[in-house]
Amino acid sequence: MNQIIQLSATELAAKLRAGEITSVQAVQAHLDRIAEVDGGDRGVHAFLHVNTDEALAVAAEVDAIRAAGGADAQALHPFAGVPIAIKDLIVTKGQPTTAASKMLEGWMSPYDATVIEKIRAAKLPMLGKTNLDEFAMGSSTEHSAYGPTRNPWDLDRIPGGSGGGSAAAVAAFEAPLALGTDTGGSIRQPGAVTGTVGVKPTYGGVSRYGAIAMASSLDQIGPVTRTVLDSAYLHELIGGHDPADSTSLNEPVPALVEAAEQGASGDMTGVRVGVIKELQGEGYEAGVQERFNESLEALRAAGAEIIEVSCPNFKYALGAYYLIMPSEVSSNLAKFDGVRFGTRVLPTQGPLTIERVMGATRAAGFGDEVKRRIILGTYALSAGYYDAYYGSAQKVRTLIQRDFDAAFAQADVLISPTSPTVAFELGSKTDDPLAMYLNDVATIPANMAGIPGITVPGGLSQGLPVGIQFLAPAREDARLYRAGAALEKLLEDKWGGRLLDSAPELSAATTGGVA
Amino acid sequence: MAMHQEELVDFDVALEKYDPVLGFEVHVELNTKTKMFSSAPNVFGDVPNTNVTPVCLGLPGVLPVVNKTAVEYAIMIGLALNCKIAERCGFARKNYFYPDTPKNFQTSQYDDPIAYDGWIDIELSDGEVFRVEIERAHMEEDAGKLTHMGGSTGRIQGADYSLVDYNRSGVPLVEIVTKTIEGAGKRAPELAKAYVAAIREIVKALDVSDAKMERGNVRCDANVSLMPKGAEKFGTRTETKNVNSLRAVEHAVRFEIERHAAVLNSGAAIVQETRHWHEDTRTTTSGRPKSDADDYRYFPEPDLVPVVTTVEWIEELRARLPEPPAERRKRLQADWGYSDAEFRDVVNAGVTEQIEETIAAGTTAAVARKWWMGEIARLAKNADKDVADLGVTSATIVELNSLIESKKINDKIARQVLEFVVAGEGTPSEVVEKRSLAVVNDDSALGAAIDAAMEAMPDVVAKVKGGKLQAIGALMGPVMKATRGQADAGRVRELVLQKLGIEG
Repeated sequence: MNQIIQLSATELAAKLRAGEITSVQAVQAHLDRIAEVDGGDRGVHAFLHVNTDEALAVAAEVDAIRAAGGADAQALHPFAGVPIAIKDLIVTKGQPTTAASKMLEGWMSPYDATVIEKIRAAKLPMLGKTNLDEFAMGSSTEHSAYGPTRNPWDLDRIPGGSGGGSAAAVAAFEAPLALGTDTGGSIRQPGAVTGTVGVKPTYGGVSRYGAIAMASSLDQIGPVTRTVLDSAYLHELIGGHDPADSTSLNEPVPALVEAAEQGASGDMTGVRVGVIKELQGEGYEAGVQERFNESLEALRAAGAEIIEVSCPNFKYALGAYYLIMPSEVSSNLAKFDGVRFGTRVLPTQGPLTIERVMGATRAAGFGDEVKRRIILGTYALSAGYYDAYYGSAQKVRTLIQRDFDAAFAQADVLISPTSPTVAFELGSKTDDPLAMYLNDVATIPANMAGIPGITVPGGLSQGLPVGIQFLAPAREDARLYRAGAALEKLLEDKWGGRLLDSAPELSAATTGGVA
Repeated sequence: MAMHQEELVDFDVALEKYDPVLGFEVHVELNTKTKMFSSAPNVFGDVPNTNVTPVCLGLPGVLPVVNKTAVEYAIMIGLALNCKIAERCGFARKNYFYPDTPKNFQTSQYDDPIAYDGWIDIELSDGEVFRVEIERAHMEEDAGKLTHMGGSTGRIQGADYSLVDYNRSGVPLVEIVTKTIEGAGKRAPELAKAYVAAIREIVKALDVSDAKMERGNVRCDANVSLMPKGAEKFGTRTETKNVNSLRAVEHAVRFEIERHAAVLNSGAAIVQETRHWHEDTRTTTSGRPKSDADDYRYFPEPDLVPVVTTVEWIEELRARLPEPPAERRKRLQADWGYSDAEFRDVVNAGVTEQIEETIAAGTTAAVARKWWMGEIARLAKNADKDVADLGVTSATIVELNSLIESKKINDKIARQVLEFVVAGEGTPSEVVEKRSLAVVNDDSALGAAIDAAMEAMPDVVAKVKGGKLQAIGALMGPVMKATRGQADAGRVRELVLQKLGIEG
């Protein structure tokens, strides 16, 4: 494997700044890797679109600025020239944006998401758009209309979802950085099952403008990386107030890089870590529980005060989530009707009225999981049912927030396994939506309360990655980076290297790609 | 479309048996620079689909941002209608599929309007004051404009295809909803017109709307129901949509009262539905059945945060309110020196603003009144239109008046010129030019006409010479004829006397 692609983003950025390698070389190395492992019959299939020309052009521009030196070179962002992959739920000019749906096949956004504007301004070459469950609805990336993504650890297994493409791209060294979106765990659960790092920022910490909305009150864009420090840099880059997003926090991004660097000492002295009683035990695989317990031991040994906290209302979280999320989905996805953009399907017989064209378009353009959620949400919002469903679910949301408030009165950060299981086999849960939904049981409460969460690799079970999740109070994202970086350091010391170093070698031979 | 001829009961007969109950929803388009939730320009009449951004097209990924000026305008409307202003209120999504609504939901306010519980006193033509209670005034966004092509009705049913202009999509609206209005009796149609006129007057005075009904800046949905006299339970209502002139509001309410009475008299029930107003036939026809079961699946708009008002902010806006219309009218009457009767006629004719503008533009109060209450009113009546819809502006009158004062035209020609202006032939000066209507002041041309007339009427000349100066009138006819009516009569008289060596 080319050594460039094994570098973390922070390491790569340092080599670019030092002039040891060029951005064009870095981008080309990743494009080669994508060609090698992504596209074959058994390829990872992390990417829906590869943005070769533009990525190389941006890289060349960065190289030219660096070569010229002076003020322009000084003004470059520290990560300028480091390539990044973008979840295909985030709109980009000049590249298609599909949301992994037939509904948007071939659609080109006329505008950039705010996070994309920031990435362009910082001159990070965009490698392309990554796969996801259609409109981010799913926990396995199997609901993509363009075929599933495979887990680099085992090509017969799912990479998690909805952001399986971004997580797999990073895990397979196809990109050092990626963007994801997290509505109920779509950054953290794929991070857990691919052995990568993923962060869901505080709601409002990163602009949602240009992220195709799934559930507006729950969605957040966040970083997907191989190290906690890389996530901190990327989070600082994409975070901050955006006047185009009314729900964005009007305050500066916290000092996340500083927090990650502090955590990297591995010292957890005086940090109170709350173990959420309800997010372990029944439903959690034994191997997952073992890795979780080892992480607690490592933290305790590093000086952390480990306490147990109870969040009794979490048992209602999944149910409430599956009322609020589909309700917002049913409204957010109403705009996909074939009238103004995207796919338009005409009924094969009968008159061409607007209702019938909208109906035929939505029938053909949406996959089953999307339809399931639209129907659920339409029902939950209906007159006569609103109070019992949407109304009750909002009350549960308040109760979950109170559980968190009480827990954070005792602990600085909370901890749990990110996902109750390791990656399951492709196709094993596609016929059982409820089993699929249970994957997000540990990640959903954070979205319901608007608080931030991080997943860091916690070791292997059955040869597959286990993720450890930290949660922090709203606006206290820095605590996640401190604790996350500390655990990362403690475990890597124990393992003698990074978890991904133990991942099976992928090559053109294993994936059917281009050698 | 074959129109079913509605049975009607004579208005006065209907009112002997039934009490009408009214309710109005008036949509006011605000004249903010940008739209309710996007930075797209809020401009009327531009090339379709040019004043749009990804936000008002509802493209994937977009988010709304509330226009602060629109909120301020909504609060000002609320204050002018004596409403309470919510300390905190939010937006909701009203979900329904329709191609003029890009997101397939309208962002509106649902159970927490920004302004509520107000009132407005409506002065009727004879000076009687009728208080209308305001239930709420809330903010929302306008839909795009659909134009249905083909078909005979101009409606979506039967159309070959429809064109949509999203320039209007997202234009800020304030919807003002009254409580039910009882006790208007036979004055219901008049009250309806006066109420809408009052709302229009207020939003215009606040300068929060262009308030042009013909452009849809102010649109009225009129709810009408009848209940037998003495009854306590309201009858079933109909909602006549988009009644877009003051006269139409009056006529639509009257028509629905007459129609409801006929239906009820026949023993049938009123269908709760929306009705479409047809200006040409002055009738309504059945629209969409509307029931309380219409399910818009309202829920709080998760992309927006609540609007929070402070006492300081509200008081700052209150300080910006112009004088209330009733006080303003008192002041204008005093300034203009009109008698009570004259002023009431002006108000009832709905030309207060026009007269104010005309005076501001440079005529005397008397001249302004003469035109707006005289010739313009006559032309409007003949054309069966609102004065406002004639296309006559204060500039027209000022120009006409200066043409008279400079003796380019006389009063009689000025009236002709106005007719041509109304017919769309241009400004008064352009009309005078095009139609060669300028008064003949050229003495040589006049002199020739006078000479000819005197030669043809020696007996008249003799009478004048004999001291009967009023006989000059007889010469006037042929002179006017020769100059096609464009001679200045005073000048003709001077020239005749001059020619005969008589001191005038």
